[in-house]
Amino acid sequence: MIKMRESVIMKIHYGTALGAVALVAIHILFRMTQNFTVSLQYENVIANYHLLPYSLMLEVVLILLSIHGFNGLRVILLELKQGIGYEKIVNWGCISAMTALVAYGSRTILMAGMGIS
Amino acid sequence: MERQSNREGIKGMLNPTRYGIERVAYWLQRLTGLGLLFYFIGHVIETSAIVNGKAAWDNMLELTQTTEGHIILILVIGMSAYHTANGIRVMLGHGGIGVGKPGTPDYPYKAASLNYKQRASIWISIALAIIAMLYGAGVLFGD
Amino acid sequence: MAAISPKMTEEVSQTAVPTPKSITLMISKFNPNHESSHKFVEFKVPVQKWTTVLDAILYVKQHLDTSIAVRYSCRQASCGSCGMKINGKPSLACYTKISELNSDIVTVEPMSNFPIIRDLVVDFTSLFSSHKKLKPYIIREDSEIASDAKEFLQTPKDVEEYLQFSYCIKCGLCNSACPTMATDSSFLGPQALTQAYRYVADNRDKGKKERLKMVDESHGIWRCHFAGSCSKVCPKGVDPAMGIQLLRGYLLGFRK
Repeated sequence: MIKMRESVIMKIHYGTALGAVALVAIHILFRMTQNFTVSLQYENVIANYHLLPYSLMLEVVLILLSIHGFNGLRVILLELKQGIGYEKIVNWGCISAMTALVAYGSRTILMAGMGIS
Repeated sequence: MERQSNREGIKGMLNPTRYGIERVAYWLQRLTGLGLLFYFIGHVIETSAIVNGKAAWDNMLELTQTTEGHIILILVIGMSAYHTANGIRVMLGHGGIGVGKPGTPDYPYKAASLNYKQRASIWISIALAIIAMLYGAGVLFGD
Repeated sequence: MAAISPKMTEEVSQTAVPTPKSITLMISKFNPNHESSHKFVEFKVPVQKWTTVLDAILYVKQHLDTSIAVRYSCRQASCGSCGMKINGKPSLACYTKISELNSDIVTVEPMSNFPIIRDLVVDFTSLFSSHKKLKPYIIREDSEIASDAKEFLQTPKDVEEYLQFSYCIKCGLCNSACPTMATDSSFLGPQALTQAYRYVADNRDKGKKERLKMVDESHGIWRCHFAGSCSKVCPKGVDPAMGIQLLRGYLLGFRK
């Protein structure tokens, strides 16, 4: 597999941060369109998932935050300990965790959006 | 001869004292980053209850819409606000913005990069976090 | 022969010499060849308003314990030899007055993040090797030494771009204060990264691309998080944090 330059990884880190800030703000604002407790009721949440633009936005937030969060964790872990074997485990571990979280979250968005339960 | 590394280790990395507000800001950025990551993972898992129907969703709400759940959410709101605002300061700093200009050092050799703009931004980030937490508490406990 | 007035012979100095007070100097003693951990040894040292930490350590060495190992040279913050942790903060011993510490107990330990040779003396091998790795010299094909060539001219503005970063005395205080250096043994460190910028900013140098490639590694410039502790402790106003962020600006496209 081609190794990404660290500068490319960090540009992605910054880009995902800025993107996530904007979209999470929208995500939170959606909860403010009604009374907070009412907005969390099953019917209202499902209605949100049935809105295609909102579902797509949630998917994008999921991907952006997973990348940003797990890359941040990767950086912290790489600074704590060094070694070729350990670094490989951290890199692949974070990529796997990122992928798993995106997959699991996407499953929720897809199933809720398609009305599967 | 192989010498002991004498590194401060994680205690040194985690110690926010001795070096001023900028070091505290670094420490808070790490702490809030990790906190938000763990919350995010939990949030993705808890919201997956929606696919199991209304009963499962209501069960999940019973677990999370409690006093403890609200306190955690208020902390998360604060962490997000701080991490975002300080993150923007750090990102701009990383590009060389707001770190001052090179010049001729003179006694007492105060570092131009540790200027009032950086300190003010850090305090503003902390203030925004507190304001956001107070607002969040108002919304969550005010219902 | 003129008579000497008795009053002249009785003249005494009017300058009041302050009575020295005493402080407790706790010195970390550790010989890795014979011991498994360090211990603090206490010494009572008389100090005046102007006594530096180095003066106090040398007093101990002269009168109380000749075995204390300490590195020092110029005594005027030029050589960078006497870096150590004073009351927990990396500082130059010759440049820190006891009176400015506002404490009757002064603790001195070897700088963190450097292997200890003995007591207060640490091994600078990794600092020098990181510094050397980033090619701390002007890289260009031609040189000023050719017989019909002129010296490379620089305006005062050109010099100001890199001057403060050239003030580095390689004392290692920045590396000792850095939170990344505390745990990352592969990190280049603020000193080397700042010196990389010193040469990139020098318009005589043509090695910018080469140096940027060298710092663009997983344990290079990207492991700096702008904690600013390096600049906080630098005794020469080099401001390593500024140098590193300005260097990073090239990699992020903020600067060309």
